[in-house]
Amino acid sequence: MFALELTVVGLIWGCMYALMALGLTLVYGLLRILHVAHATVFTLGAYAGLLVANHSGSLLLAFAVAMIVAGIVGPLIYRLIYEPILNQPPYVALIASIGLLVAMEDGFRLLFGPYGLSFAANTWFTTIYSLGGITVNLVQVWIVAAAVVLLGAFALFSARTRAGVAWRATVSDRQMAESFGVDVLKVRYLNFFIASVLAAVAGVLVALLNNLVEPGMGGVISYKGLAIIVLGGLGNVPGTLIASLLLGVVESFGTIYLDKVMDRDAIAFLFLIGVLMVRPQGLIGARS
Amino acid sequence: MNAYLVSIATFASLNVILALGLNLISGFCGQISLGHAAFYGIGAYGAAMAAVAGVPFPLALLIGTLAAALAGVITGIASLRVREDFLAIVTMGVGFLFLGIVRKAPWFGAEMGISKIPAAPFDKTGLAAFAMFSAVALIALSLHVRRSWMGESFRAVADDEDAARTIGIDVAYYKLVAFLIGTAAAGFAGGLYAYLTQLVVPDAFGFVQSVTILAMVVIGGIGSTWGVVAGAIVLTLMPELFRFINDYKLLVYGALLLAVMRFSPAGMAGLVQRMFARRV
Repeated sequence: MFALELTVVGLIWGCMYALMALGLTLVYGLLRILHVAHATVFTLGAYAGLLVANHSGSLLLAFAVAMIVAGIVGPLIYRLIYEPILNQPPYVALIASIGLLVAMEDGFRLLFGPYGLSFAANTWFTTIYSLGGITVNLVQVWIVAAAVVLLGAFALFSARTRAGVAWRATVSDRQMAESFGVDVLKVRYLNFFIASVLAAVAGVLVALLNNLVEPGMGGVISYKGLAIIVLGGLGNVPGTLIASLLLGVVESFGTIYLDKVMDRDAIAFLFLIGVLMVRPQGLIGARS
Repeated sequence: MNAYLVSIATFASLNVILALGLNLISGFCGQISLGHAAFYGIGAYGAAMAAVAGVPFPLALLIGTLAAALAGVITGIASLRVREDFLAIVTMGVGFLFLGIVRKAPWFGAEMGISKIPAAPFDKTGLAAFAMFSAVALIALSLHVRRSWMGESFRAVADDEDAARTIGIDVAYYKLVAFLIGTAAAGFAGGLYAYLTQLVVPDAFGFVQSVTILAMVVIGGIGSTWGVVAGAIVLTLMPELFRFINDYKLLVYGALLLAVMRFSPAGMAGLVQRMFARRV
């Protein structure tokens, strides 16, 4: 029973990681950039959502505004920061991205104060369900629902729509896609837009889950997101989803059994390093 | 010299040692490491625990250095398995792993860290002089390595690993050597830090510290010894010279990292080079 509960909690975390890591994978798959600043978008989404929710009292509006704000800022990050340095060695974009994350973390602290903000009313947080001895709150249910719906929608989008086909074509061969008339720049904007909207949803959900929005909330999740996309075999979407769920479960068991030795983040990265030593190309992914 | 200047000189020296060590790994040999603070921390914890157990200063410093170098070689062996982006994430993972263990494990003092570290056998000024001397020695070593056969091999590995292997360069060996020297330097700095502050806590060696060291290397000019030395000194002095920066230190560091990468990826050294290039 205890093991089942840990698995459920782990899978819920895994769903949240998946929302975050899918965006990182999308950016990496298309541009080979480790988009650490994804966390900035995540935190921005959380702040936007919280402010709107506390002023209007509507969570629906909060999610909508968070998604719009993130959907604008994400492509903007691409346009202003990544695009001019795409031809540099990969570490250049990575370090620029870390710079943005670190600077914005301090920026959020200056704007909104260091202690974090809470929701005025968080009914999802206080609505608790009990199923066969496992208690979950409504936020956790929504995390799973959001992950299933949004990731399902993304799968449909990439398989069935024209834009999705253009996106896949650009990922596998940019020049070929270009010569077939795909507007690569539009695909990149779309890519950052989708990734950022997903991050905003994850941001508001995590804010609801912890009933707290604080400047540093994105950092650790972003670093773990990177661990996840590496685990999944960089740029591999199904691999990322499997790795997200797996990491959630490993962490949830690890925090119980390894609590005296290391903390949650250490468990995640120990797992990552362990897997990479055996499979340097990630869990799923062809040997290059 | 007053105590304030002495303390700044010591920290500037430690930062020069840390940044040059990272530059050897990332600049010379091209292996991007996002976890350099972990080796600083291993050196500090190693020396601190040895010192608390009654080991004399030179030996405790050596223990810290060797502990960091050992961890560095293990990380280096990991770096043989993974490349570029994978490696950057693995080294970041090493940082989080170190932090997560010292935070929780009781024999490392958990959140309280290690306190009551005995003083070094000389006063603060003596410690500062020793740190500065060590920094100068490392600058000399770094300049020498760059010009030596080893430096050429590092450069070949950094430019194109496969090509280097084709012309008979033992890529694995040179990567390990780069990690060995770079992390040993970090461990040495950590040992000095332990004696300087007489207290080590986990928070001093987190991801932010790794980014700060990286910022020194990158803002100075990755791969350039003098650029990195300048970067380390400037970033140490900046918050001291402009007091108001201290409150926004990370905002400034982050923005500088971003601006340098965006507008001049070769750092200050690159700017200087371009200036002279234009005159000719």
